[in-house]
Amino acid sequence: MSAAHDTHDDHPLEAHVHSHDHGHGEAEPHGTLKGYFTGFILSVILTAIPFWIVMGDVFRSPQTATLVILIFAFAQIFVHMVYFLHMNTSSEGGWNMLALIFTAVLVVITLSGSLWVMYHMNANMMPAMSAHDMRNMP
Amino acid sequence: MSTTVTTVDDVRSFYLGEDHHPENGTMLGFWLYLMSDCLLFAVMFAMYGVLGGNYAAGPGPKELFDLPIVAVNTSMLLLSSITYGFAMLEMARNRKLATLTWLAITGLFGAAFIYFELTEFIHLIHEGAGPQRSAFLSSFFTLVGTHGLHVSFGIVWLITLMVQVSRGGLTAANRRRLSCLSLFWHFLDVVWIGVFTFVYLMGVLR
Repeated sequence: MSAAHDTHDDHPLEAHVHSHDHGHGEAEPHGTLKGYFTGFILSVILTAIPFWIVMGDVFRSPQTATLVILIFAFAQIFVHMVYFLHMNTSSEGGWNMLALIFTAVLVVITLSGSLWVMYHMNANMMPAMSAHDMRNMP
Repeated sequence: MSTTVTTVDDVRSFYLGEDHHPENGTMLGFWLYLMSDCLLFAVMFAMYGVLGGNYAAGPGPKELFDLPIVAVNTSMLLLSSITYGFAMLEMARNRKLATLTWLAITGLFGAAFIYFELTEFIHLIHEGAGPQRSAFLSSFFTLVGTHGLHVSFGIVWLITLMVQVSRGGLTAANRRRLSCLSLFWHFLDVVWIGVFTFVYLMGVLR
């Protein structure tokens, strides 16, 4: 591996195809000042709006508000992934992205599956009873 | 040489010419750890989603959560994320003192986050809304507490690395460690997005 790596360094095609600067032969991916600032400002905006929506009672319907803040959360997670965690399809030969996609699928199954199944379990239980009803049960 | 013949050099340049080539698999391995940690949090989010409505006739999110404090907390973590980014940029420029300074600032923001979170927890417990009060509060303390525990261990790791960098300098090993902690730190901020949206904001809306 290291021998192959050395020949790679001498290779004329080491071309600067990457968008971010990368020319000093460092292994770790890292961002640029501009990238961090872009990510930070986007995050501040994407954080402030959901807080404003909830604290200022912007939407009359809680369902709409929930949907909107969830969309903002997903957008902010995406921003963090790109600008802070420096995710892209080529880092580590694509294995980072593959692991991330696999994890995301598992997370979606875990969350939606749990909520869906447990909601139906609740819905199929006996009607809600007050403590008073409970005492007078046969 | 005919263009249709694929030589060993062609193959090599095809595979080696483009991507990042770390010397070892530490970064990938650490990323896999973070993904497993992500699954741990997913399970806790699912638990909170299922149990979060069971107040057992106790207080609910509307009475308990103080959104301005949560907003301050969120900004602490977000600021610590960008200051860690500055530390990484200084590391790339090989400036040891500046790296250490930004790491220290990151640690202070992290400590402020933990301080506000602990204050909130103590306040809740004093109000009689401790983890034993209802299923909602048990799952709340488990989820938010686990995140806080991660941040606390991140701070311990950060201090350890600051000592190592100040003693050994920005060696290859220390750069690798700082890169791992960078992933960990930014990952915790991503989890916190889920916490403040799913637990605090949606809890108050509920």
